[in-house]
Amino acid sequence: MTEAFIFDAVRTPRGKGKSGGGLNQTTPIYLAAHVLKALRDRNQLDTGKVDDVVLGCVEPVGEQGADIARCAALHADYAVTAPGVTVSRFCASGLEACNQAAAQIMSGQADLVVGGGVESMSRVPMFSSGGAWPADPQVASKTFFVPQGISADLIATKWGFSRTDVDSYAVESQRRAQAAWDAGYFEKSVVPVTDINGLIVLDRDEYMRPETTLESLGQLKPAFAEQGKTYGFDSVILQRYPEIEYIEHVHHAGNSSGIVDGAAAMLFGSKEMGAALGLKPRARIRSFASIGSEPSIMLTGPSYAAEKALKRAGMAVGDIDLFELNEAFAAVVLRFMQALNVGHDKMNVNGGAIAMGHPLGATGAMILGTLLDELERRSLSTGLATLCVGAGMGTATIIERV
Amino acid sequence: MINYSVDAEGIATIEWDYPGKAQNILNDASMSAYVETTTQALADPAVKGILVCSAKKDFIAGGDLDMLLKTENAKTFHAGIVGWNRAMRKLETGGKPVAMALNGTALGGGLEVALCGHYRVAADNPKARFGFPEVTLGLLPGAGGTQRTARLVGMMAAAPLLTEGKRIKARDAQGMGLIHAVVPPGDERAAARAWLLGDGQKNAQQPWDKKGFKIPGGGPNTPQGMQLLMAGNAMLREKTYDNYLAPKHILSCMYEGLATDIDTGLAIEARYFTHLATGSQAKAMIRSLFFGLNEANKLASRPVGVPAQNFTKIGMLGAGMMGAGIAMSTAKVGIEVVLLDTTQEAADKGKAYAVTQWAKLVSKGRMKSEEAEALAARIHPTADYADLKGCELVVEAVFENREIKADVTKKTEAVIAADAIFASNTSTLPITGLAEASVRPANFIGLHFFSPAEKMPLVEIIVGKQTSDETLARAMDYVKAIGKTPIVVNDSRGFYTSRVFGTYVSEGMALLEEGYAPALIDKAGLLAGMPVGPLALADEVSIELVHKIASQTRADLGAAYQERAADRVAARMVDGLQRLGRKSGAGFYDYPEGGQKRLWPGLSKEFPVKVGAGDTALQDIIERLILVQSVETVRCLEEKVLRAPIDADVGAIMGWGYPPFRGGPVGWLQILGAKAAVEALERLATKHGGRFAPPQMLKDMVAKGESFYPA
Repeated sequence: MTEAFIFDAVRTPRGKGKSGGGLNQTTPIYLAAHVLKALRDRNQLDTGKVDDVVLGCVEPVGEQGADIARCAALHADYAVTAPGVTVSRFCASGLEACNQAAAQIMSGQADLVVGGGVESMSRVPMFSSGGAWPADPQVASKTFFVPQGISADLIATKWGFSRTDVDSYAVESQRRAQAAWDAGYFEKSVVPVTDINGLIVLDRDEYMRPETTLESLGQLKPAFAEQGKTYGFDSVILQRYPEIEYIEHVHHAGNSSGIVDGAAAMLFGSKEMGAALGLKPRARIRSFASIGSEPSIMLTGPSYAAEKALKRAGMAVGDIDLFELNEAFAAVVLRFMQALNVGHDKMNVNGGAIAMGHPLGATGAMILGTLLDELERRSLSTGLATLCVGAGMGTATIIERV
Repeated sequence: MINYSVDAEGIATIEWDYPGKAQNILNDASMSAYVETTTQALADPAVKGILVCSAKKDFIAGGDLDMLLKTENAKTFHAGIVGWNRAMRKLETGGKPVAMALNGTALGGGLEVALCGHYRVAADNPKARFGFPEVTLGLLPGAGGTQRTARLVGMMAAAPLLTEGKRIKARDAQGMGLIHAVVPPGDERAAARAWLLGDGQKNAQQPWDKKGFKIPGGGPNTPQGMQLLMAGNAMLREKTYDNYLAPKHILSCMYEGLATDIDTGLAIEARYFTHLATGSQAKAMIRSLFFGLNEANKLASRPVGVPAQNFTKIGMLGAGMMGAGIAMSTAKVGIEVVLLDTTQEAADKGKAYAVTQWAKLVSKGRMKSEEAEALAARIHPTADYADLKGCELVVEAVFENREIKADVTKKTEAVIAADAIFASNTSTLPITGLAEASVRPANFIGLHFFSPAEKMPLVEIIVGKQTSDETLARAMDYVKAIGKTPIVVNDSRGFYTSRVFGTYVSEGMALLEEGYAPALIDKAGLLAGMPVGPLALADEVSIELVHKIASQTRADLGAAYQERAADRVAARMVDGLQRLGRKSGAGFYDYPEGGQKRLWPGLSKEFPVKVGAGDTALQDIIERLILVQSVETVRCLEEKVLRAPIDADVGAIMGWGYPPFRGGPVGWLQILGAKAAVEALERLATKHGGRFAPPQMLKDMVAKGESFYPA
């Protein structure tokens, strides 16, 4: 099998995903093209050599529709010979795109592939693409569909994470993100978004609230209690988990991932292509895996995906130096650490989506890049990036520095 | 069947007039006749407009359920629906205006016929109701009802009509856009004619056939539609535990059908309708909730030859909640009630309960205050047995204690006429034994009401060894008079309802002792379709009562008594822990003041959880909670406590809220099939004990290839 290497990783800063947010005036195709251009320019890349551009996007409709990967490559002035494909594995789309990019190389069918993702949540809101899962009565009933927040609250209830547990985790995420920004840990990969004049539109993650304290979070009402009661979602999930008497609602905007805009891209290739183009391999892909898990609790997939990827790589949890798990909800991370016995000192060491936000289709590629940067900074070797995924899935990727 | 005429102005009148019935109903014959006349009217160049009306007091009551009950072949059934849809589309698109004159009720298929007209005018008839009751019998309005209704009024307004079977009045139907006009009764044909000759001449088109038609409020693929469906799906599961196919299929008809044109929508609806009509749920529900219930309400099993009795005055002994409730139900239909208790104060308290309940209805606008006053005036509280004089029937609802019951029987019989009936509302004590205190046991009978008696629809009539046919017939007349449904059973400990209902509660307590998580046990009861989990139910009826009944039965039966797990659990809760149930504020649950009830945390110490949760555990519990009721019911049939399987099914659904989708405890065995039922029961008996052992009656059925109901 051919080995796949990572040569470079770039991402935009994340803008608040609402009207007036820092990237609200920037179209998603512009964001995607922006990171593709940065990847090309930083590496003096001959885009005629690019075999494919794989981008994750969760709401591929409207401005993000019609295969945004291909159109973004064209908009970035890549060679017309560079094709593009858009993939969705919900929240893991960005990591899935990277895995598929790597897979093309590992299978020997491609030599140079871009993986990444894009999501403008301010311009193409969540749920824009509809879908049968929540709406089709036959499907919704079979899968016990509930919104993710209810699932996250079930995870907290089932494994006994209190409101203080989840809030404390959130406060630490904010602290770590701010510290990392202040120390310049993100500078290597964050490419400021500039407009057609070259003026800066956004150069820093703007969602962060470093002033957050346990007390300030304590003021927030659980976000999903009302929904759970009024629309019957608590009852639905308790029908799937009948041994639980009631749901303890603990999640809110302050301990869940932020809604933001952003894009990311990574360059993958074979050793030979890297050598031919003068690109320095930074890490190799040890393994990756996706799994399906029970869809209504939905967000427990990462530990299973991690275990599967570890097994494929012939590794154990203890062999991993650093972990990045998307902070969709605090309880998701707490459950992962509990399930795999991973210390907080190895997990999301520079904060995560609770502080900086989760631009759905891009996040997977963002955290994989963050992981690589931090491994290099700490002179460590192995890292595992993973995300929980809607409808009960998990995707994980293990990298090793070279 | 259908009267057809064309007048000088070119209006064809199609008048429904089903021969030999008070109501027009839809079946093969009437539908063919209707299609024949509509085809004729469309083809006749002299016809300028088509008026559809009824010769009966109502428009069309609905479809012929007997026909549906016999539906088996999906292909034939589906073809029939498709044919009808095609004919109705021809009528809608034939270019001639069609007006529906709705003189009275139009339900189910009747309303669907009406929706195929371009204009609907209803009489302002206070008794007329419009709606789709199909869902309550496991069906859906399959002749375009889901498609036309949602296209007319939008998904939001259509959902409760279609998925809950809500019936509405003409004005409300007009308000939501289901009916175009409401006119004084008798004017509806004239109004329809006027429209046909006027506006109708340029408006012979349904909204959905017009260019640019949009679903009011948004279709399923709009953000509003998505939100509605997402919440609708969850709320439906919250209510039905996904046990009922019909409302889910109705939502699917809207979700799938409203994204297409009307013809495609009708094709989608026809497939879901066929699935329901040929499935077991609708058949079970039609058998129990329609035919079974109707027969029971018509007193089909009333002994023949006994003249019907009119009741003018009854006596009620015991003015507790039960007594007051029975008094309410009785006063409601114009019968005077002497409400007697040991003291005037206690009797007054009973009446006060009734007055309070009615006052609540008045404040909600559901009863006029004069009516409430008139009802209250019919209840005469007293502590004097002499006031019972002239009562045609006296019902006792005093403590479940033989001596007390014997005492009130004697005191009452000393006053009432020789031919008056004495009825006991006991829920557990055998009637024949209680009748020993009576000097005229032929007039002694059991009338077992359910709590709260003013609301619960069932009365279990218990025939003692010496109860006469005449007494039974007259007692049934009383139950009918107060608008309740009777089932007749023979005497036995716990009769039918308490005995079988009790097995559900006991099994829940056995599961607790075995180490299943209490939350899982109660949730499993709900998932099985029962209205309340078994432990919560034990709290409601009181664990103390469960304990008392067990102790009484043990005392009565002596050595023959077999101790059950539930006895041990009840004894421990009551004697050991003083947790008597809801009334004491502490049972399996805690009842915090003003807060939500929660399982008592101490339960996990008293009954440690030893069995893991998961789908297998859940399915095991559901199977036990349901089959324990079925097997006890078959024993009741075998012992002739029950006279007919349908009584069991009607009684269970109306008495303790047994899930209608299973048909009833017997209906469920019918769905399982006798062979599979025996196999399941044998497996359960081996594992959990003799209470699950399949009765000989069931085994014989397997041997002879028989079933409880026609297949």
